[in-house]
Amino acid sequence: MQFMTDVALGILPARPAAVRVVRLAEVAVGRLAVVRRLTLPRAIARRLLELGLLPGTQVRVVRRAPLGDPIELRLRNYSLSIRRHEAALIEVDIVP
Amino acid sequence: MSPPLVLLAGNPNSGKTTLFNRLTGSRAKVANYPGVTVSPFSGILRLEGVGLGLREVEILDLPGTYSLSARSPDEQIAADALLGQGRRADAVVVVSDATALARNLYLALQVLETGVPTVIALTMMDEARAAGLTLDTARLSEGLGVDVVEVVASTGEGHDRLVAALSAALAPGTLRPPRVQTPLASEVEEDLAPIKAAVASTLSPRSETEARAFVLWAALSVGDDELAGVPAAVRSAVASARDRAQQRGADLDLAIVDSRYRLIDGVLSGACGPVPVNRRTERIDAVLTHPVAGLVVFVVVMLGVFQALFSGAEPAVELIESAVAVVQGLISASLPEGPLASLLSQGVVAGVGNVVVFVPQIALLFLFIGFLEDCGYLARVAFVIDRVMGGVGLHGKAFVPMLSGFACAIPAVMATRTIESRKDRLITMLALPFTSCSARLPIYLLVVATVFHGDAPVFGLLSTGALVLLSMYSLSVIAALAAAAVLRRTVLKAPRPTLILELPPYRRPLLRNLVVNVWQQVRAFLVDAGTVILSLTILLWVLLSYPRLSETTEVFAAQQAAAAATLSGEALDTRLTEIASAEAGQRLRESVAGRVGHALEPVLEPLGFDWRIGIGILGAFAAREVFVSTLGIVFDIADADENNQSLREALKHATWPDGRPLFTPLSGVCLMVFFVLACQCMSTLGVVARESRSWKWPAFLFTYMTVLAYVVTLIVYQTGRILGIGL
Repeated sequence: MQFMTDVALGILPARPAAVRVVRLAEVAVGRLAVVRRLTLPRAIARRLLELGLLPGTQVRVVRRAPLGDPIELRLRNYSLSIRRHEAALIEVDIVP
Repeated sequence: MSPPLVLLAGNPNSGKTTLFNRLTGSRAKVANYPGVTVSPFSGILRLEGVGLGLREVEILDLPGTYSLSARSPDEQIAADALLGQGRRADAVVVVSDATALARNLYLALQVLETGVPTVIALTMMDEARAAGLTLDTARLSEGLGVDVVEVVASTGEGHDRLVAALSAALAPGTLRPPRVQTPLASEVEEDLAPIKAAVASTLSPRSETEARAFVLWAALSVGDDELAGVPAAVRSAVASARDRAQQRGADLDLAIVDSRYRLIDGVLSGACGPVPVNRRTERIDAVLTHPVAGLVVFVVVMLGVFQALFSGAEPAVELIESAVAVVQGLISASLPEGPLASLLSQGVVAGVGNVVVFVPQIALLFLFIGFLEDCGYLARVAFVIDRVMGGVGLHGKAFVPMLSGFACAIPAVMATRTIESRKDRLITMLALPFTSCSARLPIYLLVVATVFHGDAPVFGLLSTGALVLLSMYSLSVIAALAAAAVLRRTVLKAPRPTLILELPPYRRPLLRNLVVNVWQQVRAFLVDAGTVILSLTILLWVLLSYPRLSETTEVFAAQQAAAAATLSGEALDTRLTEIASAEAGQRLRESVAGRVGHALEPVLEPLGFDWRIGIGILGAFAAREVFVSTLGIVFDIADADENNQSLREALKHATWPDGRPLFTPLSGVCLMVFFVLACQCMSTLGVVARESRSWKWPAFLFTYMTVLAYVVTLIVYQTGRILGIGL
C-alpha cells in the first residue's frame, strides 16, 4: 500500500514540472531541506508524521552512521535516525 | 473502593521514569495486563493532607511513547485507560521534555483531546535554560488550557507544585470539556463522518469530547495494526473515511497530524523563544558517531559489556553455587538419608540455586543497559550497528540482546524489552537462544578433550581445540541470524523492520534510577520466571530419581556390608566411594528419565548417540552444563566436571555393544552441533514464557529448535559416516 501525501492540502506551492525530484537520501550532510511529500507505506509514514516530519517541516541532514546507513536528521529541535531506504521515499526541496 | 488512577504518559527519554520513581518512592509493582509483553509498572502516591479526604492515588507508568495511536496491544494500554471500556484514568500527567517541546506536546495534545483532567510536567528545564532557551510557562499553560509545572528530576524541585496541580485535577467536578481542541478543516470533518457514526453506534462514548477523541484515535490507529477489540464497523468506517479523503486528493492521516502540529506551533510561537542547538551533544557525537572513532568506541564498549557479563558475574555465581553446596551439605548432615533429604537438597535447594544463579548476570546486564540508555549511548549503539543488523532483517536495537546471548540467554531475552515492535521483539527472542551461551562451553571442552588432540596445530596457527570452538560459535551465529530471517518470513510475518530512532541528547544518568531499574528487573525475574524454573527443576529431579527400586537398595547395601567386613582404612573408603558411584549410576539408569533415555536410543542412534548420552541430554534440560555431571553419574564417576580425567578416560573407552567406540571425532562433533542448536534449557523457556506472556511461544521455541537440532545432527552424522570422515 503506497501512502501519498501531496501538495493538495495547500501546504506547499506546486513544483514546476521541469524540476527534478530530490529525495532526502540524496541531500548532502549539513544541508537543510524542506519536506515535500512522503511516499512510504502507511504504517511508517504515520509514525514519521506523528514525530513531526510533515510536508513543510525543515530537516537538516546531520550525519551518516559510521557504516554509511542510517542517517541522522535534525528537525523540531531533536535528532531522528532513519535508514536511507526510507529517506529515499521522502521528497524534499533543498533550502539554498 | 480502589484509589483514583493517574496515568503517567510521556515520550521515551523524557524523564518519565525518574519522575515516577520520585512520586511513588519506587515501591512499584508490575501492573497485570494480560496479552501485553512489556507490562507497565504501577505505584502508589500518597497525597497527604491535600483536600477532600483524598489519601492515595495509584500511578500507572505507561511505556514511553510518542503518540497514543496504537499498532499493538502494548501500545493500546494508554488509549484503553483514556477511552477504553475497562478501568479508566481519573487524571493524566504528561511528562514533556522542554528541549524537544513540539514533539512532546504532540502526545500531550492527544491526551488533552480526550478531556481527562491533565497536568503537564515539564522536565529538562535546567538543561533547556542552560542551552539558552526562553520559555514562558504561563503562556504555554494558557495556550493549552492546562496546568504546566516545571520539575527538575535530579533534585525533586517542582515536585510539590506537581502534586498540588494533580490534586486539583483530581478534585470532583473537573471532568469538563478541554479548553483546546484541534480544529480540523470542514472537508476533513466531512471525511470523518463515517467514523463518527460507527463510534457513536458501537462504542457508546460518554461525551462529545470522548467521541471525537475516539474518532481521531481510530483514524490514526486502524490500518496495518494488530489491535484486538476494534469493532468491525469502526474498521470499515476508517477505510471509507480514508477513501473519501483520497477522492478529493487529500490524506486523512496527514490532515489530522498536520492540524495538531499547527496548533502546537501556534502555541509555542507565543511562549517559546528560538531553540538553541545542544552543543554538548554535538561535540560528543562528533566522536561517538565518527566513521572511525565511533566504530572503535563501539567495539570497545561492547567488548567491555560482554567481558563483564561473561566473567564479571563469575565470582558471584561461584559464591551462589558454593552457598547451594553448603546448604545441600547441611541438609544431608542433619536429615537422615532418604527421599525427603534428596527432595530438599537435589530438588528444592538446587532449584532455588538454578534461579538465583542468573541474578548476577541479569543485574549486571541491566545495570549496563540502564546506564547506556540513560546516558543516551544505547540509541547510538543501534545507530552504529543498524546497517549490519538490517542486512539480516533485524533491528539495530536487537544487537545488545544478541550479544548478551553469548553469555546467557536469560538476561538476553529480558533485554529485548528495549525493542518496541512486538513482532521484532518476538523474532529476536526466538532467535537468540541459538547464540552459544557460556553454559555450552563445558560441553565443547569435554568433547574436545575426549575426541580431539586439542593442542595439535591446524594450518600452523590455530590449535584443533580453538578451531572446533570457533566453528561452534560460527554455527551458532549463522543459526541465530538464519532463524531470525526465516521467522520473519514465516511464523511472524512482518515487513523488513524499519528504523525510526530518536537520538536523545547525552545526559548524566541518575544512580538512583539505575539501581531501581536493576532491582525491578531482578525482582520481576525472581517472581515470574523464578517460580517456573524452580518447578521445572523439581519436576526434573523427580524424573531423574524415581522410581527407587528396593532390590537396588538391597544389592548395594549388601555390597557395602561386604566391603565393611573385608576392608578397612583407606581401602574401605575407596571401595565405599566406588559403590556409591555405582549405586548413583544404577539409580539414574532405573529412573523414569533413565528409562526414557533408553527408550530414546533408537531415535538417537542415527545421530551417533547411545542411551547414556540420551540420559545426559535429558538431564541437561535443567541447564546445559549439567550434561557433564549427568554423564558422569551414568558412567559411575562421582563429581565429574569437564576437566575430570577419569570421565574423559571413561568416555574414550566407551563403546557400542558391538565394540565400536562411542566417542569418535564425528560423534563428538555431532554432540556439539546438537547442543548448539537444541533448546536444552528450561530456564530459557521459562523466561520466554514470562516475556511473551504466553506458553505458546516457548512451546514453539522448544519444538523448532529441537527438530532443527535433530535434523542437522542427523545429516552431519550420516554424511560423515557415508564419507568415512572422523569415524
